[in-house]
Amino acid sequence: MSTRRFVAVGLLVALLVAGVASFYASSHPDGLEHVAEQTGFLDSADDSPAADSPLADYQTRGVGDDRISGGLAGVIGCLLTLGVSGGLFLVLRRRGTPADPDQVDSRPVDSQV
Amino acid sequence: MHVPDGFLDAPTSLATGAVAVAGVAIALRGARRELDDRTAPVAGLVATFVFAGQMMNFPVGAGTSGHLLGGALAAVLAGPYTAVLCISVVLLVQALFIADGGITALGTNVTLMALVGVGVGWLVFKVARAVLPKRPASVPFAAAVGAFVSVPAAAATFTLLFAVGGVAPVETGKVLTAMLGWHTLIGVGEAIVTALVVGSVVAVRPDLVHGARPLLSTRTLEIRSPLAGKEATR
Repeated sequence: MSTRRFVAVGLLVALLVAGVASFYASSHPDGLEHVAEQTGFLDSADDSPAADSPLADYQTRGVGDDRISGGLAGVIGCLLTLGVSGGLFLVLRRRGTPADPDQVDSRPVDSQV
Repeated sequence: MHVPDGFLDAPTSLATGAVAVAGVAIALRGARRELDDRTAPVAGLVATFVFAGQMMNFPVGAGTSGHLLGGALAAVLAGPYTAVLCISVVLLVQALFIADGGITALGTNVTLMALVGVGVGWLVFKVARAVLPKRPASVPFAAAVGAFVSVPAAAATFTLLFAVGGVAPVETGKVLTAMLGWHTLIGVGEAIVTALVVGSVVAVRPDLVHGARPLLSTRTLEIRSPLAGKEATR
């Protein structure tokens, strides 16, 4: 599998998880929230200044259908993460050289670009 | 494990903010050695995958859920320095756009999930990899061990911060017991997801798994012997 194809398949999986499968995720409080409630410090939480963001709480504002609203927020979140991290890593990378000169490319010859 | 604003007081949040800035600065330098033309797009994919994975809360019983933190997963796939940046970007996007985790708590969340999660996950992975048989098939198991330990480690670190700067007057012992108990269970889920994802990548492109590379170069040396010649053409 070429690197390009690998990244494309991986992105598709991530978008499906965030955009479709996440609808079926558990809606129970997570470990920390549960412990905070159980031991009595949940009330000390403040609303985030980002609480009125159009994507707050993984829901897209203005989209009525829960499934589409959540899925869209997941997909947009993925694209934001990809944009920021991908841009950062492209700037940081060593251009045209392997990451570690001691290590040879161990892929089969036919999959090397 | 996203800490909201308000759980910790301002001095503690400032302190974890400073720790987070220092950690990310070190990671920015270290990641240059891990990233090249081939691995940079894969590292972007890893961050995106962790964002998606953090949306998949799985039930852990009694009205509680957990989700992938992704520190060990990202470290094994992309390298520890790059992983700190991957998780930090995920937390930044969540804090700014999703209101998942607070803004003043961003330094705390980076400290817990990016620095402790990645650091502990990677170190435990390396120990497990050294103990297990030296072949790529061991990598998903070693990653699972690192993932399992990383979650209660982050939970214990939160408790330590809560003991120092928690706003609500709650007994530290109670918080520690509850945090470690639940996050050990969540760590099992973290280990399973991490092993499955790392195992899938090792199966199709082991050379793209940062944590598998030392084992691959051993294999590259082996194929020079005539006996292992068939292995090379497989």
